[in-house]
Amino acid sequence: MEKTTVNIGSNYMDFVCKFHQTIRSQNIILVYEGEINQSITKAFSSMTEQNLEAEADSSVTQKRVYHVMVECLQNVSKHADSEKTGEPIIPGRGIFIVSHNESDYTVTTGNVIANDKIEIITAMLNKFNALNPDEIKEEYKRMIKESRLSEKAGAGLGFIDIVKKTGNKIEFHFEKINDKTSFFVQKSSINREK
Amino acid sequence: MELINIAATDETPKVILDTQNNVFEFSGKSLPEDVTTFYNPILDWLESFGLEPSNPSKFVFKMDYFNTASSKLILDILMKLEEIHEEHSCIAVEWYFREDDEDMEEAGEEYKDIVDIPFEIKSY
Repeated sequence: MEKTTVNIGSNYMDFVCKFHQTIRSQNIILVYEGEINQSITKAFSSMTEQNLEAEADSSVTQKRVYHVMVECLQNVSKHADSEKTGEPIIPGRGIFIVSHNESDYTVTTGNVIANDKIEIITAMLNKFNALNPDEIKEEYKRMIKESRLSEKAGAGLGFIDIVKKTGNKIEFHFEKINDKTSFFVQKSSINREK
Repeated sequence: MELINIAATDETPKVILDTQNNVFEFSGKSLPEDVTTFYNPILDWLESFGLEPSNPSKFVFKMDYFNTASSKLILDILMKLEEIHEEHSCIAVEWYFREDDEDMEEAGEEYKDIVDIPFEIKSY
């Protein structure tokens, strides 16, 4: 990956001020980097559940944000790979960002994955993103009937469920790290209904 | 039949499977890290229940939230109930959703479409 990180150097205080400004200007309400396990998942989702109520969003919106957060966090916790080896690491680690503007909330995750998963993830996301709401419902019903739990106890329904619940496409991007791994970023949006 | 009475936690639902009082209920949240550890004993219980079901039995689902892995296990429970119903015609399902929770209502409708059991969807 190209080195674009800011050199903090001796001016750490300045970095903190700019970092804070950036977070505020992007309306980021939560940003985290590190291990993502079940207790982190529960803590963030319940924290946001409480914070959102103050924002006067409808309970449907609040619940969808909560739902998408749980699915995204559990995705990272179950499917992130090691940067060096490309082998799975449990619990996974990654970056997690929640932000909002007037019209929607966004939930973004980023984590390392093995390069050999890129094709299958791309195919899956492109497929779901291309379906209309009725097709998504039918595909979901077909998948839930046929799905078998993986060793990691995932049902493989996370992505399609997000598309179905939010009615929005999942944006995604892969940034190559090395021959074995890439950084996988995915962003889901939840429309704000008052 | 052995009584199952599991209290709700912040990641698993309250479950009552009580043949003596004919009460069968799932309620609350479900997002455990490992769904199989939580749900397998319940599926095993239903397996034995299917050999000698009480007649008739109403299974109530009053879920507040569940993740996708749990949604699969809830379908497994409903399919087990469908199997029992096919043989004994004794099962009814009541699916409750909070009045303003359209997603939970839709989840009920999807399950109702998939399984062939008397299935009522009600708001509360």
